[in-house]
Amino acid sequence: MTKGIESLARWGRKGCDASESLGRAGIFLAQSAVAVPSREGLRLWLHQVYFVGVLSLAIVLVSGLFIGMVLALQGYTILVDFGAEQALGQMVALSLLRELAPVVAALLFAGRAGSALTAEIGLMKATEQLTSMEMIGVDPLRRIVAPRLWAGFVSLPILTVGFSVVGIWGGYLVGVEWLGVFEGSYWSNMQASVSFLDDVGNGIIKSLVFALVVTWIAVFQGYDLVPTSEGISRATTRTVVYSSLAVLGLDFVLTVVMFGGLS
Amino acid sequence: MTDVPFVEIEDLHFTFGGREVFRGINMAIPYGRITAIMGPSGTGKTTLLKLIGGQLTPDSGRVLIDGQDVHRLSRKALFELRKRMGMLFQSGALFSDLDVFENVAFPLRVHTDLPEPMIRDLVLLKLQSVGLRGARTLTPAELSGGMARRVALARAVALDPELILYDEPFVGQDPISMGVLVELIRRLSQALELTSIVVSHDIKETLSIADYVYLISDGKVVAEGTPKSLDTHADPRVSQFVHGEPDGPVPFHYPAPDFYSDILDDATASGGHP
Repeated sequence: MTKGIESLARWGRKGCDASESLGRAGIFLAQSAVAVPSREGLRLWLHQVYFVGVLSLAIVLVSGLFIGMVLALQGYTILVDFGAEQALGQMVALSLLRELAPVVAALLFAGRAGSALTAEIGLMKATEQLTSMEMIGVDPLRRIVAPRLWAGFVSLPILTVGFSVVGIWGGYLVGVEWLGVFEGSYWSNMQASVSFLDDVGNGIIKSLVFALVVTWIAVFQGYDLVPTSEGISRATTRTVVYSSLAVLGLDFVLTVVMFGGLS
Repeated sequence: MTDVPFVEIEDLHFTFGGREVFRGINMAIPYGRITAIMGPSGTGKTTLLKLIGGQLTPDSGRVLIDGQDVHRLSRKALFELRKRMGMLFQSGALFSDLDVFENVAFPLRVHTDLPEPMIRDLVLLKLQSVGLRGARTLTPAELSGGMARRVALARAVALDPELILYDEPFVGQDPISMGVLVELIRRLSQALELTSIVVSHDIKETLSIADYVYLISDGKVVAEGTPKSLDTHADPRVSQFVHGEPDGPVPFHYPAPDFYSDILDDATASGGHP
């Protein structure tokens, strides 16, 4: 009997801890997202766009190319059985724009940029740089966290667009140049079936949501970690695990809302 | 110099991780003097500095700096107040992505609109006063511990604060840099009429520069007075600390069961290792 109560209490405590942590993360987001634009802020932001966005370009574009190529190859072998290989362009473009580009780019971004953000902020915390900044009278939420948060929010959607473009080109290389699908039908089927608002627009909305969630998790994990070497390693792992799960889970929800009604 | 208190701590209580760190601390830290807060390791001296700097919030009691209650200020007002304070961290806590010059220039750049040549002059003046003008292009990773602390000191006084908090300034220093730091703290305090709070357990160095000393132990102020009066204090705990005796009222051993029975006790009976 007491054992049952004890385990119930343990679950309750876990629930309390989880909701407290979520609350802290919410307050943290509210305090750091409200950044007053200034020239200095712009400089810090651009600096972070370079680190978070530009340096992630290579891995995102190369992955996009390969995924586009694989899609075309797999799609062709199925479509050709039905004599529908003309629809290859449509298939590649829709899979990339609606699903693969936002999701895979976000997962890569979490691994490449998110973990780096967590480790960087965590190490600043462990070496008391954040505390000393506070004591100098500079709010680290404004100075350190806000530029990184906004840089991630802006960078990922742009990376996602790049992922789609390169992926569609990769599909073209395999489908048209290698497997011999007629070039005109590859592009015209794509043009006829892709809607700018429904497909491109919704893909970008997805990537905006993922960008916010991944960057938020990354900077919060860095800011909130236990300032020891073990704490930093745990928080970095948590960033990748939590953001991957959040991206995949949210993707399902968003897909239901966006495309659930499409026939 | 006047004896008007610049920092007042009233009946401060603070619990951390289920442990009562402070149980009613009272202090009055006068303007323009060096006040030392001493005590054995683990008595929460650094915690006290964090409470004064507003980074931690006490369970009850107040900390007044120049009449303002630190823990009742808005976030904005607190950051405004912190511009009038400097803090020297144990590790130096220099910004690792900036070189020595930029570290010292940081407070000036964020809090003033001074033109670049003036910032340069000010930074060089501050670096000159800690003897590191020649090290301005080095990165924090290239500095020794003592040099890092001196750069941090230059940064802490960059905005000419009224109050400066030193967290264990002498820990882990060789005798030469220890002497340099002692001299620097004394000189800066006199030249700038700084109110200084030095948290330390290095008795000789601290007593040589302090005007007034508070000794804390077990969450309370156990003694206070001028360095001279502490030297001949009647309380055995104070005398043990000031004269650095290994055993006395503050025991050498961490609380443990009786040694004899602990050794003879069958380890398996108590469930293995403990």
